[in-house]
Amino acid sequence: MRVDGAEVLERTLTEDEAAILEAWNISLREGTSLQSGRIREAELQTQAKIVFGQLQGALASGGIDADAEHYAALRETLADISRSRAIQGFSPTDTANFIFALKEPIFEALRRKSAVDATKLAAGVWAAGKVLDRLGLHTMEVFLASREDVIGRQGQEIAELSTPVVRLWDGILALPLIGTLDSARTGVVMENLLQAIVDEEAEIAIIDITGVPTVDTLVAQHLLKTVAAARLMGADCIVSGIRPQIAQTMVHLGVELNVVSKATLADAFALALKRTGRKVVRQQATATEERR
Amino acid sequence: MDRIPILKLGGVLIVTIQVDMHDRLALALEEDLTTMIARTGARGVLIEISALEIVDSFIGRMLVSIAAVSRVLDAETVLAGMRPAVAITLVELGLELTGIRTALNVERGMALLKARFAEDGDGFGSDRDGLDD
Repeated sequence: MRVDGAEVLERTLTEDEAAILEAWNISLREGTSLQSGRIREAELQTQAKIVFGQLQGALASGGIDADAEHYAALRETLADISRSRAIQGFSPTDTANFIFALKEPIFEALRRKSAVDATKLAAGVWAAGKVLDRLGLHTMEVFLASREDVIGRQGQEIAELSTPVVRLWDGILALPLIGTLDSARTGVVMENLLQAIVDEEAEIAIIDITGVPTVDTLVAQHLLKTVAAARLMGADCIVSGIRPQIAQTMVHLGVELNVVSKATLADAFALALKRTGRKVVRQQATATEERR
Repeated sequence: MDRIPILKLGGVLIVTIQVDMHDRLALALEEDLTTMIARTGARGVLIEISALEIVDSFIGRMLVSIAAVSRVLDAETVLAGMRPAVAITLVELGLELTGIRTALNVERGMALLKARFAEDGDGFGSDRDGLDD
């Protein structure tokens, strides 16, 4: 005789509800997610109760196919739980263990109910394993997707943050570059700089590369392109902030930057002021100079 | 065929390009400009391209050659008001227009030319006044 595993499982869950929930809660309490202090026990128990209730409901509507329509509510609940765990910084193991911790209590209850009927036991265990594994995988998928969202958003924010154009003085702009220059970023940087030159009617743009970790031939080429485009717009460029090691590497590589370059942003700014006919002077002689 | 007007202001010839440049127009401009420089003895050429939205490699090359021809006739070329998109396109095409001076707008361009005239010590005006014919 064929035994319907789903039916066995459903009956067990209904009849043994209290015992299974109790065992699940104990197993969750022993898990690592509570010890990390990211979630309270009461919250964890509420989540367990909701998930258990929905699992019962889904099984009652028929079938153990966790991808089916009547599992939608349960999947949604698990997705919410996963997403909040991803944001709270739980480890993948902790997140998956939430659902996998339910296996042992259910198997235990099945064993108690159908100890004498091996066929029934096997069918029930198979059904429970299939449902719970599928739900566990679903949890992990949502968890990973949430983490990827976070990473993607951060990447976008970094790209936007790292290309500011700063106005230092009337007609003098600074472009502090931070991070590696690749083709995509050079495009953004170039567009921002050229637009700022138009908006500010700038004569001089200082490109500061203190924050650029390495300058190879490709980066140098991107820099030169930016300088050339700015020149076509009628603005002069000064490159500043080339660190000593980078300068050495560039010379050894044979990279040539045929543009005006200064060691520091301060030097470049002084040159820019000089070119626009300005000068920085001290208002009064300082004490040390007076003593001399 | 329409032509791009060339205005004379003192010793400077001013060209504003208000239409989309096509190849024949660019060739005609080079010819007209050369003739004008020779006739008026202008010392400076100011080409204003703030309305120019599209450039290709041919137009870029024409600009370079206009500047080169002008230099032979002892006139300095200044390109004024290039748009960011045009600048990026030219750089990506590998045309960096070396030898042409650039300025953000007409005002700055005129200032550049004036500075050059002052260096040469012959003021802003042209030595020959007006056209012969």
